[in-house]
Amino acid sequence: MAVKSQLCSVWVGSETGILKGVSLSKKQAFNFCEMSCLTRDQEVCTMAWGDPHETEVLIGCLNGRVKTFSTEKGIFTESRECGDLSQGRFTGLAVMDSSLITCVESGLLKVWNEGSSNTAEINVGTGVCRMRQNPSQRHHVATGGKENPLKLWDLQRPDKSIFTAKNVANDWLDLRVPVWVRDIAFIQDSNKIVTCTGHHQVRVYDPSSPQRRPVLETQYGEYPLTTLSLPADQASVVVGNTHGQLAILDLRKGLVRGCIKGLAGGVRGLQCHPSLPVLASCGLDRFLRVHSLKDRTLQHKVYMKSRLNCVLLSSRDLELLWLHIPQSWPAKPKLPLITKRGVCAFFGVQGLYISGSNLPVSSQSSVSCKAGTADPGGPEVTVPASAPAWKILPWLLLAVWWN
Amino acid sequence: MDFIGVPVSEDTTNTKNKVKKTMKRQKPFQEPVDNGSVEESESAGSSFPPTFSLSTIKNKQRRHLMFMKLKQEKRKQKLELRKKRKKERDALGDKAPPKDVPKTIENQRVYDETTVDPEDEEVAFDEGTDEFSAYFNKLTNPKVLITTSDRPRGRTVRFCEQLATVIPNAHVYYRRGLALKRIIPQCVSRNFTYLMVINEDRKVPNGMVLCHLPDGPTAHFKVSSVRLRKEMKRRGKDPTEHHPEVILNNFSTRLGHSIGRMFAALFPHDPHFVGRQVATFHNQRDFIFFRFHRYIFKNEKRVGIQELGPRFTLKLRSLQKGTFDSKFGEYEWVHKRHEMDSSRRKFHL
Repeated sequence: MAVKSQLCSVWVGSETGILKGVSLSKKQAFNFCEMSCLTRDQEVCTMAWGDPHETEVLIGCLNGRVKTFSTEKGIFTESRECGDLSQGRFTGLAVMDSSLITCVESGLLKVWNEGSSNTAEINVGTGVCRMRQNPSQRHHVATGGKENPLKLWDLQRPDKSIFTAKNVANDWLDLRVPVWVRDIAFIQDSNKIVTCTGHHQVRVYDPSSPQRRPVLETQYGEYPLTTLSLPADQASVVVGNTHGQLAILDLRKGLVRGCIKGLAGGVRGLQCHPSLPVLASCGLDRFLRVHSLKDRTLQHKVYMKSRLNCVLLSSRDLELLWLHIPQSWPAKPKLPLITKRGVCAFFGVQGLYISGSNLPVSSQSSVSCKAGTADPGGPEVTVPASAPAWKILPWLLLAVWWN
Repeated sequence: MDFIGVPVSEDTTNTKNKVKKTMKRQKPFQEPVDNGSVEESESAGSSFPPTFSLSTIKNKQRRHLMFMKLKQEKRKQKLELRKKRKKERDALGDKAPPKDVPKTIENQRVYDETTVDPEDEEVAFDEGTDEFSAYFNKLTNPKVLITTSDRPRGRTVRFCEQLATVIPNAHVYYRRGLALKRIIPQCVSRNFTYLMVINEDRKVPNGMVLCHLPDGPTAHFKVSSVRLRKEMKRRGKDPTEHHPEVILNNFSTRLGHSIGRMFAALFPHDPHFVGRQVATFHNQRDFIFFRFHRYIFKNEKRVGIQELGPRFTLKLRSLQKGTFDSKFGEYEWVHKRHEMDSSRRKFHL
C-alpha cells in the first residue's frame, strides 16, 4: 500500500467515497479504501493538501468527517468530525499553520485548532459554493456561492470581510444580473482574484483597487462553468462547464485561446500543474484526463468506474516529464557534431539528459548536460531503466573521454 | 494534289470502340494494333501503365464505362475465386478447415474500456446505491406520466396512447403548455416515478425526454422510425393489461448499464407470464430498438411470436444527472458528434 501510494502523482476523489491514486508513469490507478464499509455518505466533497510537502491529503466527506490520508504510508491516519449532514456539503478545505479551515454550504466557516477545542467561526452567508485559500497569504480565504457574492476574509480579523464584491450594473434590459460564484482562484504575484459563475461568466476582481466591481468580465459558452484553474504561465485561466467543454481563456483581453476536447460529461475537478503545462480534469463521465496545455492534446485517459468529484495534482515533476511531449526540446541534428557542446546536443536529441547522480562514473560532474544546447526549461532527469544500455554506453564513454 | 486517305474507323457510334481507342491512345509503348481489329480480349487492368487511374479521364461517360468494366472484371474474378474455394472445400470434404468468420462492424468494434465486468465490486456498489436502487430493491412501483410537447398532432397523440397500453401503470396527460420544471414537483408529490415527454416536430414524434422522478437522471433520446399499430403487418390483437417481461440486449458499457436500468425501471418487477407479452430494448450500434411481442410456445423447441404494439428506435443524445434542467443541470454524458462519431467502429452504449 505504501509503495503504491508513493507512486501516485494524481489523487482523485469519487462519489462512492473511494480515494483513487493514479500513477501516470506506470499507467495504473489504485483504490485506497476498504471495500466492505463503503457508503454513499462518505462521498468525497473536497480535497486539499495537508502540508506544503504534499505528504498528506485531506478529504472532506459528505457526512462531515475530514479524513487525513498519508501518501507515504498509504493509509488513512486520522479522521475528525467537522460538521454534519444538516449543514450541507463541504465546499472548501484548507490548512493554515497546523489548523484546519473548513467551510460548508450553509455558510459556516470554521477554523479548527490542533488539539485545543476552541474554534473560530465566521458566517459567510448561505449557499456557499466554494472556499479557497490564498496560496501566498495563507490567512486570507475567499468564499462565494449562489446569491452570495465573492468575499475575501482575513482569519486574523474574522468579524468582517476585507473585500466584498459588488454586483455588476444592470444588464441591457435593466434587470439585476444574478450572482452565482462557482469557483475562485487567486492569481499569483498579484492581488487579483478570478471567479467563474454559473451564468457562464468569468470575472477578475482586484481587492487592492477602490473598484469593487470586476476589473475584467468575459463569457464563455452557454452552460454553467463549474471549475477553473490557473496554469503555470500567467494571464490565462482554464474553465470547465457542465457540458464537458474545457476552454483556455486569456485574462488580458478576455478572449478564448482554445478549447480542449475529449470530455463527455460535466467537469467536476480541474487542476493545472504548478510548473508544467499540464492539466488534469475529472468529471461525471468517470474518466480522469490529463491534457497538455501547449498543444491541447490528450496525454492520458484513465477510466475510474465512479463519478469523480475532485482532483489533486502533486507538483512532483519526475514522472510527468516523460509524458510531456518535448515541444521545446531541440530538433534532431543530421550528424552528431563532434564538439563538446555537440555531444550534449546529441544527448538532448534522444531525450536523455543524464544527470550525474545516477551513474557509476567517477567524473560525474562532466557527464551532466547543461541547458546550453537544449531547452532551458527542460530540467534534468534520470535515465529510465527501460532505455537500452547499448544506446547509452558508447556515448557515455565518449562523453567521459571528451571531458 | 494527292489526297492520302486517312483511315477512319467506320463505327464511330460504337462507344465501346471509342473506349478501346482511348485505351490504345494511352499506351503508346504497346505494339500498334490494326485499326480494324477492335477485338481486344485483354482484361482492363493488365494493359495499363502503372500510373493510370480512372480519375484522370475527364469525359464522364467514358469514365463511367471504364468503371463499369472494372467492376465487372472484379466481380468475375471474385466469382472465380469463390468457385475455386468451394471446389477445394468440397474436395477436402470433412478435413476442410472451418469457415472464416466474416468481419462485421459489431465484430470489429473498438473495445470500450468502460465495459462493465460482472464481478467488479466498485461498479456493483455504484449500481447498488444509485438513483434506481429504490426500484431494484423493490421499494417503489413504477408509475409513468406520459405527455408531449405543446399542442401535439395526430401521430404523436396516437403514439402516446399506444405507449400507455404497452407500459403498465402509465397515464397520458395533455400538456397545456406547462413548464416541465413545474410539473416535476407535482409528479413527485403524486408518487410518479417517471416522466416521459414525447417531443413532436411537424406532426411526427422525434424526441423523448425520460426523467426518473425523485431525483434521478434525465435521458434525452432522438426517436425515429415510429410505426403505429395499424401500420404494422401481420400483427396480433391489442396488448392486454398483463405486465410484460422485459428484455434488454447488449447494454455492455457503464453508460449502457445506466440506460438499461432506466428502461428496466419503467416496468413493474413481477411480469405476468400468463400474459405472454414481452417488451424488448435491443441495443445495436448505439441505436436502441423497441419491440413489443406476444409469444407462444408451440412445443419444447419452437416459439411463435407476433408483434403487437408500436415500434420505434431511440438514440441517446444526453444523460443528465438530476431531474430535468437543461440549462443548469450537470450532464453525465453528452453526445458530441464531431468527437464521438469520428470512428465507425466505436460505440458508447
